[in-house]
Amino acid sequence: MKALDAILRKLGAMTIGGVWRLGFAARFFMAVLRYSGQSFLRLPLMIREVYFSGVLSLLIILVSGLFVGLVLGLQGYDILQRFGSSDALGVMVALSLLRELGPVVAALLFASRAGSAVTAEIGLMKTTEQLQAMDMMAVNPLARVVAPRFWGGVISMPLLAAMFSAMGIFGGWLIGVVAIGVDDGAFWSQMRAAVSFRYDVLNGVIKSFVFGVAVSWIAVFEGYDCQPTAEGVSRAITRTVVYSALAILALDFVLTSFMFRGL
Amino acid sequence: MSPSVPGDSLVCLDGVRFAYGEREILRGVDLAVQRGQVVAIMGGSGCGKTTLLRLIGGQLRAGSGKVVVDGQDLGRLSTHALYAMRRRMGMLFQFGALFTDMSVFDNVAFPLREHTGLPAELIRDLVLMKLHAVGLRGAQSLMPSELSGGMARRVALARAVALDPMLMLYDEPFAGLDPISLGVTGQLIRRLNDALGAASIMVTHDVKVSLDLVDYVYFVSDGTIVAHGTPEEIRTSKDPFVYQFVHAEADGPVPFHYPAPPLASLLDGGVA
Repeated sequence: MKALDAILRKLGAMTIGGVWRLGFAARFFMAVLRYSGQSFLRLPLMIREVYFSGVLSLLIILVSGLFVGLVLGLQGYDILQRFGSSDALGVMVALSLLRELGPVVAALLFASRAGSAVTAEIGLMKTTEQLQAMDMMAVNPLARVVAPRFWGGVISMPLLAAMFSAMGIFGGWLIGVVAIGVDDGAFWSQMRAAVSFRYDVLNGVIKSFVFGVAVSWIAVFEGYDCQPTAEGVSRAITRTVVYSALAILALDFVLTSFMFRGL
Repeated sequence: MSPSVPGDSLVCLDGVRFAYGEREILRGVDLAVQRGQVVAIMGGSGCGKTTLLRLIGGQLRAGSGKVVVDGQDLGRLSTHALYAMRRRMGMLFQFGALFTDMSVFDNVAFPLREHTGLPAELIRDLVLMKLHAVGLRGAQSLMPSELSGGMARRVALARAVALDPMLMLYDEPFAGLDPISLGVTGQLIRRLNDALGAASIMVTHDVKVSLDLVDYVYFVSDGTIVAHGTPEEIRTSKDPFVYQFVHAEADGPVPFHYPAPPLASLLDGGVA
C-alpha cells in the first residue's frame, strides 16, 4: 500500500510539474512574441540567426534530401511497376516529399542540427552569466538573444523543407529516369498534372512553418530554462531533440488529419 | 557607527528580507552607501552576500523592506524604469561574463551601441579610452577565449563603466586572480570609482586587499549584518566574528564542523 502511495504521489508530482512547466513555456512564448518587434527592426541580428540556423544546416538537409529521394525512387518504382504504373513515379515521389517527408524529415534534422545548437548557445550564455550581464546592462535578453534566434528558426524551416523536397525530387528523378529508365516526359508531366499548388505544396509549407515554430520555441525555451551547469545544459539539449521529435510527429498527425482527409 | 544618514545615500537598504521559497536568505538587512564611497560586503560563502548584490541591482525583489537606489524604491519600479536605472549602474560579474561571440572591442562597445545611438567613430574613441583605462587597448581585437582570467575581468570592468555609471557593483572581483592581477584589479576599482565620482559596492571575502581599498565594510552572516565599520575599526575590532574573519581563524562563531550529533553519541552505538 505504501509503495502504491509513493508511486501515486510521484505520478501526481510529475503531472503537476509537467503542467506547470508547460504553462511557464507558454508564458515564455508570449514574452518572446512581445519582444519580437525589436528583433524585426534590427534586421542584421535576424539575418545572422537565419545564417546560423538555416544556411549552416543546408548541407545536412541537401544530402539527406538526396538520399531520401533516391530511396523513394527505388521503393516507388518497385511498388508502382507491380501495377504497371511506373510512369507515375514522379507523382509519387513529389507528393510523398511535399506533403510529408519534406516538412517532417527536414524538421527532425533541423531540430538535431540547429535546435540543439540554439539550446546549447543560450544555455551556455546563461551558465556563464552572459544573459544576466546583458540584463544588468538594461538590454533585455529576450529581445536581444532569444527572439532573433526564435525567428531565425521559424524563417529557415520552410525554406529548408523546400530545399529538402527539391533535392528529394531530384534524387527520385536520378534513380527513376537516369538509372532505371522511366520515361523522362512522363515523370515530369504527370507530376505537374497531379500536384496541386494549394492542396499539396501550400499545405506542406504550412506544416513546415508550424514545425519551425514548435522546434524553435522548444529550443529557445530549453536553453533559457536550463540549469546553469554543464550537466544542466547537456540535459536541456537532449530535451530539445526529444521533445522536438515528439512534437513534430504529433503535430504532423494533427495537421495531416485536418489537411488530407481524402474528402 | 552607521556610515551615513540614509537620506543622502545613493543606496539604502531598510529592513530587507528575502527568501528563495521556504529558505530564508536575508533576515532584515539595513545598509547605506554614499556617493564616492567604495563599500565591501564580506561574509562566508553562502551567507547571502551575492543575493544582497542582486537585490541592489534589481535582479531580485525584496520580500519585505525597501531597497532604495538614487531615491527610487526598486520594488516599485516598472521593468522600463528599472532598465532606465540600470543604464546608470555597472556590474562586474565574478568571471567577467564577457559575450563569447564578440571581440574585446565589441564587448565594450555593446552598451554604447545599445543605448546611445552615437556615431561609430565616437563609439570607437570611447571604447579605446575605456580599454586604455584598464590597460588593454592593445587587446581590442582579441576574443574572450584568448584572454587570461585577469584580463577578462579588466575587459568586463571596461564594459561595466562604458556608460559612466553612478553605481558600480562587483561580485567577487578578486576570486581566482594571481597576486599581480589582484593588485591591478583592486587599484582599478578604486581609481575608476574616484574618477567617475560613483559609489561602488563589492561582495568579496578577500580581506587583505579589500581593507586597503575600501571606505567601509559590512559583515554579513546568517542573513543579517553582524558588524560594520571603517577598515581601521574592522582591523582593531574585538567582535568574535570579525576577528575570526580578518585573522582567518579556522574555528570561532563560524564553526569548523558542519552540524552533526555529538561524537560521544556514536560511541554508544549511535548512527552518524
